[in-house]
Amino acid sequence: MRSFLTKRAYASLISLLFLIVAVFFLSRLTGDPTNLYLPVDASLDSRERFRALHGLDDPLILQFGRYLADLAVLDFGDSIRRSQPALDVVLEAFKWTLALAAITMTIVTITAIVIGSLAAFRVGGLFDRTATFFSLIGASAPDFWIAIVAIVLFSVNLGWLPTSGTGTVWHWIMPIGVLFIRPFGLILQVVRGAMITALGSAYVKTARAKGVASRPIIFVHALRNAMLPVITVIGDQAAAILNGAVVVETIFGFPGVGKLMIDSILQRDFAVVLATIMVTAFAIFVMNLLIDLAYAVLDPRIRY
Amino acid sequence: MADHLLEVQDLSVTFHTVRGPVNAVRNVSWHLDRGEVLAILGESGSGKSVSASAVMDLIDIPPGEIASGRILFEGRDLLTMSHDERRRINGKRIAMIFQDPLSHLNPVYSVGWQIEETMVIHGTSRADAQRETVALLRKVGIPDPEGAAVKYPHQFSGGQRQRLMIAMALALRPDVLIADEPTTALDVTVQAQILGLLEQLQAETGMGLLIITHDLGVVAEMADRVVVMNAGEIVETGSATDVYRNPQHPYTQKLIAAAPGQGDMSHGVPEQEPLLRLTGVKKNYGAFTALNGISFDLMAGETLAVVGESGSGKSTMAKVLLQLEEASGGQAEYKGRDLLTLSPKELFEMRRDIQMVFQDPTQSLNPRMSVYQLISEAWVIHRDILPKDRWKARVAELLEQVGLLAEHMHRYPHQFSGGQRQRIAIARALALEPRIIVCDEAVSALDVSIQAQVIELLDKLRHELGLSYIFIAHDLPVVRDFADRVIVMQAGEIVEQGSVRQIFEAPRMRYTQDLLAASLDPDPEVQAARRNSRLEIAQ
Repeated sequence: MRSFLTKRAYASLISLLFLIVAVFFLSRLTGDPTNLYLPVDASLDSRERFRALHGLDDPLILQFGRYLADLAVLDFGDSIRRSQPALDVVLEAFKWTLALAAITMTIVTITAIVIGSLAAFRVGGLFDRTATFFSLIGASAPDFWIAIVAIVLFSVNLGWLPTSGTGTVWHWIMPIGVLFIRPFGLILQVVRGAMITALGSAYVKTARAKGVASRPIIFVHALRNAMLPVITVIGDQAAAILNGAVVVETIFGFPGVGKLMIDSILQRDFAVVLATIMVTAFAIFVMNLLIDLAYAVLDPRIRY
Repeated sequence: MADHLLEVQDLSVTFHTVRGPVNAVRNVSWHLDRGEVLAILGESGSGKSVSASAVMDLIDIPPGEIASGRILFEGRDLLTMSHDERRRINGKRIAMIFQDPLSHLNPVYSVGWQIEETMVIHGTSRADAQRETVALLRKVGIPDPEGAAVKYPHQFSGGQRQRLMIAMALALRPDVLIADEPTTALDVTVQAQILGLLEQLQAETGMGLLIITHDLGVVAEMADRVVVMNAGEIVETGSATDVYRNPQHPYTQKLIAAAPGQGDMSHGVPEQEPLLRLTGVKKNYGAFTALNGISFDLMAGETLAVVGESGSGKSTMAKVLLQLEEASGGQAEYKGRDLLTLSPKELFEMRRDIQMVFQDPTQSLNPRMSVYQLISEAWVIHRDILPKDRWKARVAELLEQVGLLAEHMHRYPHQFSGGQRQRIAIARALALEPRIIVCDEAVSALDVSIQAQVIELLDKLRHELGLSYIFIAHDLPVVRDFADRVIVMQAGEIVEQGSVRQIFEAPRMRYTQDLLAASLDPDPEVQAARRNSRLEIAQ
């Protein structure tokens, strides 16, 4: 187990390093922040001072070296825009995204597993066909479109829900609702497929011969076996939200990492862009570890 | 009419498939009494398991349909009961065990939990069930029962898993135990132990035992009465001895005649310079020794059988010989060269001479290739054997040689039966005009009558083409009929080798004697005599 963890950590560290290199240099291609933060008629002198202040006057490779050196002591640099440590800015936004992802994925997981399992129990029945129909629509619907339609319908026309912000419970309903749809459709399909396999397996036949009732056959015997592929997809989908549900957060003005990332790219706030990437990368690393742990908990044949 | 414990009357089951309805069984009737062993004997597709599935409420409706009949358990018709009522009978009054216990045990729950479950769902408290589970595990001969209860199915051997299934089925002392091919995938010595355990438990509990099998030997060993099924119908019923001694129906007669182990034994091939000579071949996987110094000779035109239980290294030996795995030491001398140290180019040349036929033709034939493509692929790889304009004629010739028709070449593997597929696999091996064919359990998955036909084909080809076979098998009667010489392997070593007569009539080593003693004879009287002598030894 420990060697597995170490190996994982090293592999992740190496990919993270590649990512930092790519993002560091690519983001510089968007232009000089000086042009954005100082007025068009700012003097050459004040431009020089701004550059010196933010370390933008050194050769790029030197800036990169300095960044890595700071990073080694967990200094992620400062946000130009907000004049505070980039990490603080990102963690503040991450808190919101984490809450959004956790709530959404909990609801998605429970509903998709229950509905998918029941659909698999009577393949081709009315319940199965209805569930499959809606999950396929859900899995293929573009979220930006749903988000806008939802705003038009529930906020503008009906006036039931606020369009943006996080102030009350009501503010959360639409972002969660929109983020729910696609993972729900995908996970339901995977649950259904895996459950059809599990319910057709020999050990389910044994359970029936023992006299086990239908509900424990579905939720005790078959489900735990069917969970392995499902967990992988749950992890993927959760990671996608953690990674920044960019479109949905932007449309609903939700102050999460997705919105922060877009804003800081537009604002050429390089330190924040990089910090966002590292924080989400770490979150996904932890996420994957949790998935691997869940594998081992669910299936005694898997040991690391 | 006296009431039987379990009685199936006039049962017909139909499955509605996309290609129309299929009658799985038609008008089947049989009965089972307390303390009795009934065997249902049949080949694959005979419908031998269908009536048992109907008893256990395991037939999915739809696509299945019970078209007619009654299943009386203590006089009450199971088919008119609700699912809830039947669930209370399943596991408690009537229990079932299956072939392939690994896939029939749930891989993610401990075996103790699974045995307890049988008791808990029928009303035993969890604490009582846990205590009882340990007692059951001890009874079926699982070592360290307390420790075993918290382990998972994959941590047990094949024979132990079947013991676990038996413990699970017998937890509530059912009145009827149905065993569907309970020993089919097991080694002979393990098979003997499991059948012995079933006999002993039946004697203790007085339950009725229904065994579903394709193996005349199992019938001879276990059954009081036997029901013979073919193509969904019962062709014959009677006491096991009567049916074996005096079969009435032509199908039964054919089945008994096809049972291996009754023919003349070979006198061997004349003394000569060996075609292939293995000396001290070794294979290690890390610290595990799979082959520990294997030495033998193979003559031209000879059939050399390699027998042994699973894990004895039989298949590893074949893989090393074909260079599918690299040997860790030793030599294999063929035509004056060492096969184990050939250059890639020499190896390519040599591959022609030694071909292989595998156990499962469904897996060893690519389903997306036509028979023509499967056979001619050899000539695509080895270009100098045959000019392309002659390929078609040669494929036709090979197909006829293995007993198929030339027009079969445009079909695909799924359009053939298991026996025909194995013929295709043999034709494919012959395409390269090999000297040696390694048959790795090549007839093990086939029904008895088909098995006899394939063996006959192999024998014919040997005479016509002067082939040598390395015939890896666990089925001793087949080996007895077909082999010239026999190698007995155990734990990566050869324990005994000799002519087939010597091995079968005067085995020297204890291990060979045990193997032969565990092997089942289709004759119930021979089996009874063996059982008695075993009992005498035990006393």
